[in-house]
Amino acid sequence: MIWTIAVGAVANAACALLGCYLVLRRMSLLGDAISHAVLPGIALAFLASGSVSVPWMLLGAMVVGVFTALVTQLLHTLGRVPEDTSLGVVFTSLFAVGVILITRAAADVDLDPQCVLYGLLDFVSIHTIPILGWEVPRAMLPLGGALLITTAFVSVFWKELKIVSFDPALATAMGISAVLFHYLLMTMVAGITVVSFEAVGSILVVAMLIVPPATAHLLTDRLGWMMVLAVLAGVSAAVLGCVAARYFETSAAGMMAVMAGLQFSLAVIFAPRHGLITKMWHQAALATRIVGEDIIALLYRHEELAAQALPAPEENLTLAACVRAVHGGWVAWWTVPYLRRRGELEFGPGWTLRLTGRGRDLARSLIRSHRLWEAFLGENFQLPLDHLHASAERVEHFIGPHLQAEIAAELHRPAVDPHGREIPGEPAENPAKSSG
Amino acid sequence: MTWPLHYNTLVVLLGTSLLGASAGLVGSFAVLRRQALIGDALAHAALPGLCAAFLLAGGRSMPAMLAGALATGLLGIVLISGLRRWTRIKEDAAIGIVLSVLFGAGIVLSSWIQNHTTTGSKAGLDSYILGKTAGMLREDVYWLAGLGAGCVLVMTVLYKEFKLVAFDAGFAAVQGWPAVALDLLLMALVAVTVVLGLPAAGVVLMAALLILPAAAARFWTQRLGHMVLLSGLFGAAIGSIGSLLSAGYSGMPAGPIIVLVGSVLFFFSVLFAPKRGAVARWLNHVNFRRTIAEQRLLLAMYELVEPQLPKGREITIHALQTRRAWRASQLEGLLRLASRKGWIERLGTDRVQLTQTGFREAIEVTRTARLWRQLLAEQSEAAGSLADLDALSIYERLPPGMLESLEVSLRAQGNWPLLEQEATS
Repeated sequence: MIWTIAVGAVANAACALLGCYLVLRRMSLLGDAISHAVLPGIALAFLASGSVSVPWMLLGAMVVGVFTALVTQLLHTLGRVPEDTSLGVVFTSLFAVGVILITRAAADVDLDPQCVLYGLLDFVSIHTIPILGWEVPRAMLPLGGALLITTAFVSVFWKELKIVSFDPALATAMGISAVLFHYLLMTMVAGITVVSFEAVGSILVVAMLIVPPATAHLLTDRLGWMMVLAVLAGVSAAVLGCVAARYFETSAAGMMAVMAGLQFSLAVIFAPRHGLITKMWHQAALATRIVGEDIIALLYRHEELAAQALPAPEENLTLAACVRAVHGGWVAWWTVPYLRRRGELEFGPGWTLRLTGRGRDLARSLIRSHRLWEAFLGENFQLPLDHLHASAERVEHFIGPHLQAEIAAELHRPAVDPHGREIPGEPAENPAKSSG
Repeated sequence: MTWPLHYNTLVVLLGTSLLGASAGLVGSFAVLRRQALIGDALAHAALPGLCAAFLLAGGRSMPAMLAGALATGLLGIVLISGLRRWTRIKEDAAIGIVLSVLFGAGIVLSSWIQNHTTTGSKAGLDSYILGKTAGMLREDVYWLAGLGAGCVLVMTVLYKEFKLVAFDAGFAAVQGWPAVALDLLLMALVAVTVVLGLPAAGVVLMAALLILPAAAARFWTQRLGHMVLLSGLFGAAIGSIGSLLSAGYSGMPAGPIIVLVGSVLFFFSVLFAPKRGAVARWLNHVNFRRTIAEQRLLLAMYELVEPQLPKGREITIHALQTRRAWRASQLEGLLRLASRKGWIERLGTDRVQLTQTGFREAIEVTRTARLWRQLLAEQSEAAGSLADLDALSIYERLPPGMLESLEVSLRAQGNWPLLEQEATS
């Protein structure tokens, strides 16, 4: 059991390291294609060497791996076939060739097509080799070697791979051949696929290559951390998968993929910066702020119009009316109590809303931003008068005091906006806390 | 190799042809919209549904398994869209993740069924990967015929809408068409085709059937309607030829052979299709380069002859070579070409003379070249949008008014090539 987990974990770790580059470079499907396409390489190696020998299979797989990447590229550039079509054509054709060869080879060589496709993680402890007193599964040797080589590759070429992944044009201009590293990476992917097929089969290698790195991608913005997290995610998927597979008596490889998928789903929902919950929280917070500011601005405008004895568009200032006026919707349910708690609003007779002193200060600042923006638009863009309000309505929430001062200075401290309404003055240096 | 054409083979033949035709029809839109691998994703995502339905139905019930496969297949599509829209995961990674995780879930269920039930035969669910057309029954063919008819019907009725949504979804939405619903309908058609084809062709190979006929058909025509029809035809051909070949070689799963037939057709199309094929384009390119070389020769010859007009039209080969820095062998080849076309006469080993035909040709070419040059000199901003290197005739590209004014400028400069009759008049 321990060795099963170990084999799975090592395979996952190696795949996770390489998969980070695939995911970042939007080549996940190329990884998928290569993992399918190595099948004929493996089969050819069987037919050529007549045995299940790893070095031969590695060679066959790597050749086919590079071949896949090359032919896809050629089809795209010379044959003028769109990229995804050429990828699909190449790997399905190679897979078909592989299936045919495997079916033929199975007759001549002791090879079960099923194991090539699904892997034999569950049976990996059967063939063991004694090392340092432990019975190590034979499969661990190539996998362990692969992990070491991959780690070495990633460490030695860390800077080159980084720049080639994020800015291939710059890399080439600097003398680092983006093309060379691309094909080098593809060769490594092909190699790792073939080495892992004993663990998970060629079909589920894709899961190991893509899902843990994608999970890591959601959790961090730094490449180094992404690699560490990807390896951790891969290893934990291996552990959980093998344990669950043993418990439910089902395929370990499949379970590893499922566990990786569950981890990914958790990351999608709960990731601190990029997760859905965080995003919804931010959106709710923003909506709250905007609705709140709209309500306060509405009340201020009311007061302004009342002071000039002009009629206002809204009949009264009840809670319901205000919410309707600013299209607050259900966000208003918690916005108004929130504003009350902050001391910017209070309730008057008959559930009408009233500004407090603090609210008035905030409103003044908002209206100042709004009207300064209208003045700015009117000055610089010669827009008709009725086009100004909508834009200012949106932008006013995002103009902070610094930007406000800049716009005011740019326009030489205007007193009125294009509509002729007074622009409230600058907020005083030490605002006195006036009562409502 | 025996070719038993008895009943069973005919059933299989009919079934694979219908499947190929449907896949070709439905795949053409997917391929055009750069969603070629969606079939692969659907095929992988369908496995858990197949297995779950098997468990719930208690046995191999085709309708239940199809329904299950369709359900998880469409779920996969929805997940891919969701991931792409609401997270920072890009499209290719989204497809890969959904594909592999759902497939893993399917493997888990399939393996569980094998270990815990007596009804789940190894062969039944394993043929899912590789396909097993030999197991096709008459009922399956009826299903496939129904599918084919359904596809054709939906395609015909909604052809214009699909066309619009495929090429300009934004415009379609603005015009009031339910772009999202149409998109989903197209996906559903693909899903149904994939699911019905799975027992026969297997997973990866079903994906191939969706791509290959459409991708091949693309090379033979520029018109969408023709492409869709041709794609269906190719699909049917691939299916039938593939299954015939596979019946001939017993022991070979039919799916891969069908795919290989499709690949051969595809690569043939890539290379040899009349206008878009690689060979045709290369020949076109070679032709174009030769025309350009001929023009440069005529231009050079006219420039050398111009000072001597109207008396002599002799040119030394040495002068030509220094004029344009041709290699000796290049120039020799060009001169032979010009001689064959009747443009020049050889006068010994080091001189040639323009014939009347050649002279006229040279004038044409020089006029065009000088008109372009004048255009660039006078209106360099406009020239960028007008200049078209492939259009050798300036008279097609520029409006007559512009041509006249350019000609007037050139005449005034004395740079306008004149035929003899004009020169002496």
